[in-house]
Amino acid sequence: MRVVIAEDLFLLRDGLVRMLEAYGFEIVAAVDSGPGLARALAESKPDVAVVDVRLPPSFTDEGLQCALAARRETPGLPVLVLSQHVEQLYARELLADGSGGIGYLLKDRVFDADQFVDAVRRVAAGGTAMDPQVISQLLTRRSRDEPLGQLTPREREVMELVAQGRSNAAIATRLLVTERAVAKHTSNIFAKLALPPSDDDNRRVLAVLAYLDRG
Amino acid sequence: MRVRDALLAGARGLWLAVFGIVGSVVLFTLTVVSIGFILLGIGVLTTPVVLGAVRAFAGLRRVQAAEWAGVRIPTPYRRPAARRGGVVGQVELCSALLKDKATWRDVQWLLMDMTIGAVLALLPAAMLVYAPWGVVLACGVWQPLVRAEGTFWFLFVPVTGQGTAFLAAATGLALGAVGLFTGPALLRAHFLLAEPLLRPSRERELALRVDHLTESRHDAVDDSAAALRRIERDLHDGAQARLVAMGMSLGTIEALVEKDPAQAKRLLAAARADSAEALTELRDLVRGIHPPVLAERGLADAVRALALRMPLTVEVDVELPGRAAEPVESAAYFAVSEVLTNASKHSGAERVWIDAHHAEGALRIAVTDNGRGGASIAGGTGLLGIERRLGAFDGVLAVSSPAGGPTMVTIEIPCALR
Repeated sequence: MRVVIAEDLFLLRDGLVRMLEAYGFEIVAAVDSGPGLARALAESKPDVAVVDVRLPPSFTDEGLQCALAARRETPGLPVLVLSQHVEQLYARELLADGSGGIGYLLKDRVFDADQFVDAVRRVAAGGTAMDPQVISQLLTRRSRDEPLGQLTPREREVMELVAQGRSNAAIATRLLVTERAVAKHTSNIFAKLALPPSDDDNRRVLAVLAYLDRG
Repeated sequence: MRVRDALLAGARGLWLAVFGIVGSVVLFTLTVVSIGFILLGIGVLTTPVVLGAVRAFAGLRRVQAAEWAGVRIPTPYRRPAARRGGVVGQVELCSALLKDKATWRDVQWLLMDMTIGAVLALLPAAMLVYAPWGVVLACGVWQPLVRAEGTFWFLFVPVTGQGTAFLAAATGLALGAVGLFTGPALLRAHFLLAEPLLRPSRERELALRVDHLTESRHDAVDDSAAALRRIERDLHDGAQARLVAMGMSLGTIEALVEKDPAQAKRLLAAARADSAEALTELRDLVRGIHPPVLAERGLADAVRALALRMPLTVEVDVELPGRAAEPVESAAYFAVSEVLTNASKHSGAERVWIDAHHAEGALRIAVTDNGRGGASIAGGTGLLGIERRLGAFDGVLAVSSPAGGPTMVTIEIPCALR
């Protein structure tokens, strides 16, 4: 699998390259700036790009803007965005085009190599990988009178994992229940939220975010 | 509309004239008498009281000027210095008041207010009254008046018969029409006349400015010192301690790795958890120093991101064609953040509306919630701190929060966008 990495800190960039190479990815470019990323994305057409939000020269959200621009050129180009902080605002913008292949994780998640690599693969395959922090922020806000408040604790747990982009099978393993039980939970959740059920991971996240956007 | 404005101006003018004459005559007399009594000693006690009343009277007029005619007159008084108690303090207070030029300008204003000021204030009402009076005369009231006095003067018109009575009515109506058009302007003229005496002199203006700058600089210095202390403490107790723990774990692991690999592995997991904790703490700290979204996107998106993190529904309407200077953005952001936190903690509100725009050289942000109201700057909910922080930018904070709500907090910071 061909990967482009954009990260301005040498240590982190180097670490990412080593880790992904160790897991059998092919690093086609590892760049340290916004313009460099734009060039690398245009030239090498990678299977997935791992991008830091903040990049030189402007040190603003240059990486994010670059990724969004590249996705406007090539809809669905898989991008995993890394950041020191996660914001719902950015998560929304990334998911807004509805074509999937989006990841948005805290840099800390790199610590757990297995999970991180799993996230990269999921994004490359057109799925989503949302940081648990984004999801928990979404779930804690204004849940008093709204349908989200009606979820049972177990359903909330399932919902968090669904929103992170995990499949029913993965959730079942995680929560030590059967896949059928998870399916039952998810259909309950969707019913409570008045969302049409769907098997597609990506569409589930989009539905969740779209629902929260409406409020 | 015009009639209503004219009538309102007439009524207000009449009130100003009557209340003004009574007030200024009484206060002027009391002032003179009280100052005269200083020689007898008793004046030392009464003068501060009387001058306090004069200031309150002038202050009322300043408020009316702004509310009734849109004439904004700043207050010229300096904050009194801390003074000693007892007789010595009283004498000091008295002499400070007498040395204050603003006091003498107030006294001059009293003199003017009871003469020209009162006349100007009376004019709008008087002109309106002449119209019906003239008509009433022409309707026949002239007859008994002329019979009693020979020639009755309606302003400059000598009324002697029905013909001249009609002339009087015409004059009165013309005057009423003039009053209709000029009433509000005359009322404004009354305040404009008082303005030069009621506003601070140029010298005093500068002195007040220096007072304000001294105070806001103090606040700014205190504030940044407190912030640095807080950051130091957070680092010391948080991230630093975590790193120490991590280092210790790693040391132990080094020693254990060959003897007891299983234990070493458990410690490694603990060390990793420590590093994750340290990162979380640093992230929170950074958010408190300078929120990342603010650095990356500017105020508008930072406020939007903040709104998304709030546990209540926040509607954001921000229209800023450019970015303000970084310190201004940061101050505005933290002010909004504090106000939102207040709203979610204390107000019981379910919805909050944020409106931010730039107009007339100032950034204006209004935060309104549908909570129970009753908030005040002095209420100890952090509003005072915001006000002080905004002071460094000549920014102001206004709170309107009647019991029962809604609460509206308005922040205004003079600044240019780029």
